Amino acid sequence: MTTTLSVQGLHVAIGKGAHSANVLRGVSLKLQPGEVRGLVGESGAGKSMLGRAVLGLLPANATIAAGRIAFEGRDLIAMPEPERRGLFGRRIALIPQDPMTSLNPVKRVGAQIAILLRHHLGLSKRAALARAAELLSEVAIREPRRVLGLYPHEISGGMRQRVLIAMAFACDPSLVIADEPTTALDVTVQRQVLQLVERLRQRHGAAVLFVTHDLGVVAKICRTMTVLHAGRVLEEGDTADVLAKPRHPYTRALLAATPRADRPAEALRPVPPALIDSLWAEALRLDRLSAMAPS
Amino acid sequence: MTDILLRTGSLSFAYPERTGLFRRKEPRDVVKRVDFAVPRGSVLGLVGESGSGKTTLGRLLVRLLQPTSGGIQFDGIEIGGLAEAEMRPLRARIQMIFQDPQSSLNPRLRLGVTLTRPLQVHGRLKRRPDRRDRAAALLDLVGLPTGLIDRYPHELSGGQRQRAGIARALALEPDFIVADEIVSGLDVSTQAHILLLLRELRARLGLTMVFISHDLSVVRVLCDDVAILQHGEVVEYGPVGRIFSAPQHAYTRQLLAAIPLPDIEPGWLDDSSPIVPSLQQGSAA
Amino acid sequence: MAELALERPVQRPSRWIAALRRGGPRLWIGATLVGVLGLVALLAPLISPHNPIEQDLMSAQLPPAWADGGEPAYLFGTDSLGRCVLSRLIYSARTAVAVALIAASLAAAIGIAFGLIAGSFGGWVDQLTSRLIDVWMAFPPVLLSIVLAAVIGAGLTSVITAIVVVDWTRFARVVRAETLVQLQRDYAAAARVIGLSRGAILRLEILPNLIPLVVTLLSVEMGIAILVEVILSFVGISVTGDTPTWGGMIAEGRQIVYQAPWIMALPIGCIISSVIGFNLLGDGLRTVLDPVQRR
Repeated sequence: MTTTLSVQGLHVAIGKGAHSANVLRGVSLKLQPGEVRGLVGESGAGKSMLGRAVLGLLPANATIAAGRIAFEGRDLIAMPEPERRGLFGRRIALIPQDPMTSLNPVKRVGAQIAILLRHHLGLSKRAALARAAELLSEVAIREPRRVLGLYPHEISGGMRQRVLIAMAFACDPSLVIADEPTTALDVTVQRQVLQLVERLRQRHGAAVLFVTHDLGVVAKICRTMTVLHAGRVLEEGDTADVLAKPRHPYTRALLAATPRADRPAEALRPVPPALIDSLWAEALRLDRLSAMAPS
Repeated sequence: MTDILLRTGSLSFAYPERTGLFRRKEPRDVVKRVDFAVPRGSVLGLVGESGSGKTTLGRLLVRLLQPTSGGIQFDGIEIGGLAEAEMRPLRARIQMIFQDPQSSLNPRLRLGVTLTRPLQVHGRLKRRPDRRDRAAALLDLVGLPTGLIDRYPHELSGGQRQRAGIARALALEPDFIVADEIVSGLDVSTQAHILLLLRELRARLGLTMVFISHDLSVVRVLCDDVAILQHGEVVEYGPVGRIFSAPQHAYTRQLLAAIPLPDIEPGWLDDSSPIVPSLQQGSAA
Repeated sequence: MAELALERPVQRPSRWIAALRRGGPRLWIGATLVGVLGLVALLAPLISPHNPIEQDLMSAQLPPAWADGGEPAYLFGTDSLGRCVLSRLIYSARTAVAVALIAASLAAAIGIAFGLIAGSFGGWVDQLTSRLIDVWMAFPPVLLSIVLAAVIGAGLTSVITAIVVVDWTRFARVVRAETLVQLQRDYAAAARVIGLSRGAILRLEILPNLIPLVVTLLSVEMGIAILVEVILSFVGISVTGDTPTWGGMIAEGRQIVYQAPWIMALPIGCIISSVIGFNLLGDGLRTVLDPVQRR
């Protein structure tokens, strides 16, 4: 059983020379087949960058300074571009954050799904549309045939997200990167979407890297979790363990700063600025120690 | 004896019917017969998902919009139908903190100017040097370094901008503040700071607030009473403790159940209710 | 205070220097070309080798000094009436600059006023103004100028009036659109909550945000004004009498283009470099002024 995703010691920097900044500092994580791992961090922690690195979607001014990314044993960094493109959308899929900007506003929903299916699975136009309708009912959209003919702006945000989820699972991927897919959704819609992702994951047997800042979401859908700050992995493990007995002070601070609907107001404690300062100091010190410091 | 600072009576708002060249837009009821009363010194949470009308309701309370019907009583004065000129002096007592500080702080004005403009408008700035002092005092009040007076909004972090927005709302020392989703989109750590800052300011300055949010967990931190909005109507209304421990309305229960608490809960992802998305269902918070 | 530590320390070179650097080569080339034009126009009496209207029929149609038969006294040669081409080019710059400055500024003033009113009042005021602008823009500008000249009589006033009368719509349209956009933003709502009057909001809050747009448009409009003046002086409707204009020189040069091509070519060169200068300057200024708000 090959590890689905293996990231080892990944260093990514943005920019060059004096203006370069490290966004990932020696990140390592592993995903086994069918595992749902939460990648938790606040903004600027580098969690989106990690997802993008795996997908080969790093911005133009980003460099992978060191490290290895392997998908089912194959080196993604060294892989030639056409081969990697063949993987993306098919074996590795993305559920993006913002449904509105991720769908082409001037193409109907059906056309967009069909393009994907025809490109990766070589289906005929008619077969692709039929399959698209099947996919839409898989994500519990009523009247799938009607929705196929609609434009993205004619359906609700929750439904758009379902379409994107359908597209992600369309080609039976073994790895799905979910980049904050429920952040922009209402809380009731979020629950439905999470239920959906779980159901599809089970059906297709995919591993999911679930990028989020919400510890609650991680608790509900992720069996394992990794906590990221300033591009460094601070803690990881089974979600149950990490949430019940967090080892790193940052994890503890995050939990204490998360407002809970089931606890009175007094329990809220902000993250101590001193802790953040020391974490950044630590990160910059490591930069200097390793040869990766921005110079 | 607590008296009611703000009271709404059957407050309603509908976007008017519009006849364009080829299209006809039907009048849309966004806020329907909303009743609540906010005692002086307390905080009311307005909770709703997208499409609930909470933002519109917030704008009605500060009279950015005029009610279609029903009334708003502020400190006993009916402000629903006031003309702009009559409303002006009252504006010093009713202020708003906006959701997106990126767009609610004028990007081409320095912070010092933005913070003290309210004072200028209401004639409370006597001399030039006063401005810097007042601006510095306001920044200090919200825990920002006074050096930020000369900065532009884009030079600040998200959390700093939000604090600046709060400082601006406090400039005129208002009695009543509407906070419209001010912590949505903030990191957990920043959010916690802002919430605690508000709690402290409320206690220190004796503020009365309406706190609009889609996040019930956040509401619990700050609010004394909660009103749950669905499709423009208040479906449940009561003290915060009761709402959370013994919700009456089905929608409230649904909202509470949907909140993912950071605890392991094995059955949470199982189908509790059939997934039936309708085209009206909301998305963005 | 925590926020300052949560992010990387921000290096802050002077704001202006950073902004100017953003402008890039466009800004500098444009500024140089426009600067040269301005200096030439300003210092015409000082730098012009000869009196531009002084005729010397003995030295008619002399080629430029470096060509066969040229004389050092006339660097760019002479025209059919023996007038120094270089001097005429230099003095024509005065006309060009005068028209550019006055016409563009007036068109801007009128256009901005209409645009602000239409954008902020909305309703029937907006409808009326927009329809007015639509109809107005349908007039062919050069035709309108000729008609105006026929009515008012030829001359600089006529040229400037023609340009203003046609081009105010350009400013009005853009300013109206941008005003509408800015009024939607929360800071405009915040200004109302504070108690600012409608006029004060326009003046104190909206106007500063229109500056990048207006400055760019102004620069481009100056280039356009020069072109219109050239057309009109080519046709003979512009300044009267002996006053040299580039358009007039082109008209004269056209007659003898085979015998004395430089008489037509040189003013064309001046026009091109001036207009390019204004366009580049406008483009460069846009990048300098805009990122302040569109970070």
